[in-house]
Amino acid sequence: MALNITDIKRIAHLARLEISDQEATATLTKLSGILGLIEQMQAVDTTNITPMSHSQDVTQRLREDVVTAINQREAFQSNAPFLGNGSAEKAVDSGLYLVPKVIE
Amino acid sequence: MINSSLKNLSQMLAKKEISSVEMTQTFLDRINKYNPTINAYIALNADKTLAQAKAADVRIANGKAEPLTGIPFAQKDIFCAKGWQTTCGSKMLANFVAPYDAYVITQFDNAGAVNLGKTNMDEFAMGSSNETSYFGGVKNPWDFDRVPGGSSGGSAAAVAARLCAAATGTDTGGSIRQPASLCGFTGLKPTYGLVSRYGMIAFASSLDQAGPMAKSAEDCALMMNVMTGFDERDSTSLNRPKEDYTRGLSNIQGTQPLKGLRIGLPKEYFADGLDANVAKVVQEAIAEYRKLGAETVDISLPNSQLSIPVYYVLAPAEASSNLSRYDGVRYGHRAAEYDDLMDMYMKSRSEGFGAEVKRRILIGTYVLSAGYYDAYYLKAQQIRRLIADDFTQAFKQCDVIMGPTAPSTAFKAGEKADDPVAMYLQDVYTIATNLAGLPGMSIPAGFSNGLPVGLQLMGNYFDEARMLDVAHAYQQVTDWHLAMPEGI
Repeated sequence: MALNITDIKRIAHLARLEISDQEATATLTKLSGILGLIEQMQAVDTTNITPMSHSQDVTQRLREDVVTAINQREAFQSNAPFLGNGSAEKAVDSGLYLVPKVIE
Repeated sequence: MINSSLKNLSQMLAKKEISSVEMTQTFLDRINKYNPTINAYIALNADKTLAQAKAADVRIANGKAEPLTGIPFAQKDIFCAKGWQTTCGSKMLANFVAPYDAYVITQFDNAGAVNLGKTNMDEFAMGSSNETSYFGGVKNPWDFDRVPGGSSGGSAAAVAARLCAAATGTDTGGSIRQPASLCGFTGLKPTYGLVSRYGMIAFASSLDQAGPMAKSAEDCALMMNVMTGFDERDSTSLNRPKEDYTRGLSNIQGTQPLKGLRIGLPKEYFADGLDANVAKVVQEAIAEYRKLGAETVDISLPNSQLSIPVYYVLAPAEASSNLSRYDGVRYGHRAAEYDDLMDMYMKSRSEGFGAEVKRRILIGTYVLSAGYYDAYYLKAQQIRRLIADDFTQAFKQCDVIMGPTAPSTAFKAGEKADDPVAMYLQDVYTIATNLAGLPGMSIPAGFSNGLPVGLQLMGNYFDEARMLDVAHAYQQVTDWHLAMPEGI
């Protein structure tokens, strides 16, 4: 399946990656090469083959529904990014993370 | 001392011939001298490191030492280590200081080992040359113009240049074994699920596995004893009884210690694409194994040539999902300027990720997108089973499989950096075991034009102890694993 520039831009948007026209052109060439490699799979007959998602035949473990994690909010929030847009403050306030307004 | 085995280092500490502080300082001095050139370490903290060494000395004095107590190790920067900058080789995490320890770090800490620092790596472990690191490439200690392999390139160069006693790595498609081959040391990727992934930054979760990178099979066995174990915080950690991976090593004695061992030689691993000099070295190593009493069996892994196409669907698919967490909200890079939330996501991710990571996210997003899932992702999972079934069949005929680790010796920096497909072919012999979840190993087998060549060993599930015995037998009669680059 050959890709075009519109595909690249659509995929980039789905992946939340900004891509310029120039980057999209270069990316198209490289991704087409990789997809050419991947196309080799289509020659294989996989009728009735059960897909393998995991190497070990194990089932998901269950545990008691009790709180096990301790509250480390401050430790975790020490890694918060800077707010940006001219502010040198961390993007946190009163234990919450700050993001641009999403609800008017 | 810098070329000593872990066992000898441990004995020197026990006999008080040297303290852990002195041993650690020796390696720190070497790091200060050579790291500015080699760039193996990207985070150092001598105060933290020496504090661990001091604590180890107290522990040794109190008679509470374990086999790795007081010995200095390098940790791949993919493992979260509390209070250490933990970047995974990415600008995205350039300012991230881990608030907790990965399972692997905890295990080394509990064993009393000393952490020398965090090693350079391809960004998010995506690469085979260490050239995708945001913190720059790593030089191969055997030839500074060449790459050390990747993604565990910093750990590889640190082991090869003796800037640590041994190191940790992770292997999603060959990231322990290919650098072990290119830098001339012993590396082991264990059976999937043996080493907990807790605190190990995720790339492709169904393939990622941590393992030891060291000078010998014996050293790897000692590290496996520390690194493996059940951990409820990793949903794929396997609950198995603890093993002693050194248990068989002392039985390797006499002229034919491997009598009765059947070595499978897959014809696909000796076909087109393999460098002729590498093939010669590998064949000589196999001849040595015959002298040790092993018999060789011709086998076939007919679907192995599909492992690269399958991997480049599954690994990017898992990566695109795993890396969606980097959105600039809670940690990691946030763009300096943005308009709204969507713009913040897009700019933060575009600025924080490098070119190869973006490519893999795009591939993964594409193969998982509506309308393409069956043709790519499902198809790849089906062929993954065919590849795993090939091994099941092969292990009916043999006990261990051998072949080359990488198709060539270390290549020049820049040579493949602009050609992703050529780079991906570096892992042509290593990826199949990741897909199947099997253990794989690379041991030094000789040189081609002055550059190390690795022999790959592939074993059945949970057969690491035997693989280590088989590697140890070879290392008893050869000294390739003791070779050191000149001038370092």
